[in-house]
Amino acid sequence: MEFKMAQAAAEVPPKGGFSFDLCRRNEMLSNKGVPPPSFRKTGTTIVGLIFQDGVILGADTRATEGPIVCDKNCEKIHYMAPNIYCCGAGTAADTKAVTDMVSSQLQLHRYHTGRESRVVTALTLLKYHLFNYQGYFQAALVLGGVDANGPHLHTIYPHGSTDTLPLATMGSGSLAAMAVFESKYHEGLTKAEGINLVCEAICSGIFNDLGIGSNVDVCVITKGHKEYLRNHQLPNPRTYVNSKGFSFPKKTEVLLTRVTPLEEKVEVIEGGDAMEE
Amino acid sequence: MSIFEYNGSALIAMVGKNCFAIASDRRLGVQLQTIATDFQRIYKIHDRLFLGLSGLATDAQTLYQRLVFRHKLYQLREERVMKPETFASMVSALLYEKRFGPYFCQPVIAGLGDEDKPFICTMDSIGAKELAKDFVVTGTASESLYGACEAMFKPDMEAEELFETISQALLSSVDRDCLSGWGGHVYVVTPTEVKERILKGRMD
Repeated sequence: MEFKMAQAAAEVPPKGGFSFDLCRRNEMLSNKGVPPPSFRKTGTTIVGLIFQDGVILGADTRATEGPIVCDKNCEKIHYMAPNIYCCGAGTAADTKAVTDMVSSQLQLHRYHTGRESRVVTALTLLKYHLFNYQGYFQAALVLGGVDANGPHLHTIYPHGSTDTLPLATMGSGSLAAMAVFESKYHEGLTKAEGINLVCEAICSGIFNDLGIGSNVDVCVITKGHKEYLRNHQLPNPRTYVNSKGFSFPKKTEVLLTRVTPLEEKVEVIEGGDAMEE
Repeated sequence: MSIFEYNGSALIAMVGKNCFAIASDRRLGVQLQTIATDFQRIYKIHDRLFLGLSGLATDAQTLYQRLVFRHKLYQLREERVMKPETFASMVSALLYEKRFGPYFCQPVIAGLGDEDKPFICTMDSIGAKELAKDFVVTGTASESLYGACEAMFKPDMEAEELFETISQALLSSVDRDCLSGWGGHVYVVTPTEVKERILKGRMD
């Protein structure tokens, strides 16, 4: 009895990994006709291409929750290593978690080996993790970087399969973007041509697919140098903004007000009387 | 009926000039029956950090208790309070831990960071952070809230104007949602004070 109580009292936070203790309750709820919630997705276009000096990655910036746009300017190009970046499509929490986890593992590996990370290392870590969870992690990734062996570009599917390609697109707008790539890509693109092509591919997704929108993010990685062009293109500015703004003639009715001061106001009285006993 | 519509909720956080405001409705219901009209959805973590939890009320309370526990441990170890960005990462990690059996909550975090810079953030039920520079909304009335905030928000508002804007956005949106409403609860936080106000709204 005492041992059990001692165990229950010491509720220390678990040391990482997933915890499945709410699964039974959630299953009971869904058996009773309560559907499970939908998660924030990034119905996306993410693209990558290899140009003459390295890799260019591109992504849109819309995050959706069902049919509603919940974030008009989210970041889909995630940092993995100084020379490797990864774009993520699918469930937003999964892409962020898996890229953050592999990024930490790469950093530890860099400390261990004392060398710059290689793109295939990131690729293997990601694909093993995703395969282990048999596709339950809805994360489709485009991984690109430049290491000692040159520029690399890979796509990783949620079940763990990978492709190594000179041009890659993923997400709901991948067909629109791939159409642009297939018609205009050629080997030996310059940086300016490459950035233009990536922007065109993302814009074709933005204007033709409903799950994609807002702005274009671009990341250019070359040997020893990277440029993260956040919001490189803003093809969807707010066209009409009322300069006067909203005015509320009828004020909100307040029932109760409570003010808590955060900084204490200390009054210093100079030359006060001496303390009387 | 979705699990998020079991209790009903509406939460907004908005950024102003060196201040922020966080507001919620006050209804607690069991599907269509109202149980309480003074339910607290916004919790104070420390003087400059507030957490709002929408969704299933039981999960919101459990999550709040776990987060306060973690924050108190942090305070004992670090001898200071958590920064809003750190707290948001902690909430995200706690929610993602339950990726395959999640808490049915969507948090809204609002705080004043270094140099009194306001910080707001929301997450879905598995911890996908959304950092916004203007406003974040969550709850059953979220679609109306998005529309109202998008129209009424202006950047760099002072505390009084911010209070008026967030209150009008909240009350007008919950008026179009059966599951939330019954008044409003607004906290406006500036570097010098926290003003908590209870709003009078339609009680239907």
